[in-house]
Amino acid sequence: MSLMHASAEPARLPTSTGRVMAWLLLATLPGIATLAWYFGWGVLTNVLAATAFAVALEALVLKLRGRSPTATLSDNSALVTGVLLGVSLPPGSSWWLILVGVVAAIVIAKQLFGGLGHNPFNPAMVGYALLLVAFPLPMTQWAAPHGLFGPEATTLPDALRLLAGLTDPLALDGMSGATPLDAFKHKPEAVMASEFWASSPLPEGTMNAWHSVSLAWLVGGALLLYKRLIGWHIPVAMLGAMAVIAALLYGVDPSHYGSPLFHLLGGAAIFGAFFIATDPVSAATSRKGKLYYGAGVGVLVMLIRTTGAYPDAVAFAVLLMNFAVPFIDYYTQPRTYGHHAPTRGIKVKRLEDETEEPR
Amino acid sequence: MSQFNELVRNGLWANNPALVQLLGLCPLLAVTSSVVNALGLGLATLLVLMGSNMSVSLIRHHVTSNVRLPAFVMIIAAFVTCADLLMQAYTFELHQILGIFIPLIVTNCAILGRADAFASRNPILPSATDGLMMGLGFAGVLVVLGSLRELFGQGTLFADMDLLLGPVAAGWQITVFPNYEFLFLILPPGAFFATGLLIALKNVIDDRLERRRRLRQADQPRESRRVRVTGTIR
Repeated sequence: MSLMHASAEPARLPTSTGRVMAWLLLATLPGIATLAWYFGWGVLTNVLAATAFAVALEALVLKLRGRSPTATLSDNSALVTGVLLGVSLPPGSSWWLILVGVVAAIVIAKQLFGGLGHNPFNPAMVGYALLLVAFPLPMTQWAAPHGLFGPEATTLPDALRLLAGLTDPLALDGMSGATPLDAFKHKPEAVMASEFWASSPLPEGTMNAWHSVSLAWLVGGALLLYKRLIGWHIPVAMLGAMAVIAALLYGVDPSHYGSPLFHLLGGAAIFGAFFIATDPVSAATSRKGKLYYGAGVGVLVMLIRTTGAYPDAVAFAVLLMNFAVPFIDYYTQPRTYGHHAPTRGIKVKRLEDETEEPR
Repeated sequence: MSQFNELVRNGLWANNPALVQLLGLCPLLAVTSSVVNALGLGLATLLVLMGSNMSVSLIRHHVTSNVRLPAFVMIIAAFVTCADLLMQAYTFELHQILGIFIPLIVTNCAILGRADAFASRNPILPSATDGLMMGLGFAGVLVVLGSLRELFGQGTLFADMDLLLGPVAAGWQITVFPNYEFLFLILPPGAFFATGLLIALKNVIDDRLERRRRLRQADQPRESRRVRVTGTIR
């Protein structure tokens, strides 16, 4: 297995950026459909509003920058950012929350840095992290899994009213809920994990819904892998690191730590591994670097989930590792064929080398 | 006099410690969540900067270059202790809010930077002017940033000014947006965003000024190259 490969990754991409992004959008469909199936119309209103804001703002900023909006918009990257941000938000978010997130993602994280290809941070995750820090209350209200058409489901008019900000989500009875990670985070110290789950802390079917959604993202990720739009390195390294750490912690103390399966399927890990961390602009470049990058994201996710204040951590972990990408790229530059391996860092002459010198 | 004009221009705008040299970012980002915090720390920094610049200038012929940095740090630390004690005496509540960031003025690179780069090479009057202008430039950016973050973070301006200025300022609070909160701008990441936007704004203004200056230069008629012998040609 050769980890060091001299040719650049994008050289293998079969088509233009627009086509790649279109396939990426296609790959999000199973995940979006499953999310909507379990969590209702609010998912779809989120995605539609976020994409509409993203495209409009991108066009506006491009016009201000004196670029042709149509030429740049056809790369579909604003659509992808909108979709990725839309599915990350709690279903049934109101328009101002989505708008603030999209402004942070498209205007600040992407266009102010120079547009697609120049952004050091994943735009969708910048938007998400900003919202999570700025509006903790609406960002942690996750819908209960009442489905699209069930008796308790939020109807489409209700979802639109939530989007317009006319209804307080707390007033709608069916809306309140928590993610499994959030619930487990707030487990009292004295309660064992088995007792905690036996007390059914979540609305019925929540765990099942999250597992199904994770598997749906896995299907989309498999499509990306099959089309060779992403490499296996980042997802495997990230999920592998998470599984190893979760298994170690679970093995030491199963009464207070979640199982590896819970950590992999109970939150945004699969979605993050295939759709967020693999962003070709903000991730590491070489294959070896991608392994380090993915593993770093996985370690940070587990670190924040188990010891931090936030229940899920994919956004923060990805942003932190985006910071580290120049460093990783510097130390993992592949050897050019016919050249020596590059020497990196400061080489300190060892003391014994000096004494052994012939005098 | 032109030297002093230059010092004023450098300190307040062209070589502003916060917006151009990007020094002292730690207090800049940490305490600018409201106008009163920003003004309090800005004034303390101004005091220390002026004092240290004048003292360093006075002893500049007696300190060898090998020991200059420890000597400067000692001087700065002495002034910071003064500022710390003064704030404790007269603005105790503000002192409690600013907490560790008052002792941390010692580590503000803008102060050591001015001591080493300017005050140790110049007589006392220019050094004092430089300290005053650099301090005003730094405090000005702090206050602008503080008012931006207070306004768009919690919707008020000049809240709690009585902590710094006494009971006179108790009624100064202006509530611009009632029942409004954008927590992000109050927290440190918002300070990064706001500082970045301020720096961008300064660069835009500089760009415009430069372009206007060039246009004005281009408009002026060039002098005729012909050697004139007598009178003017009409």
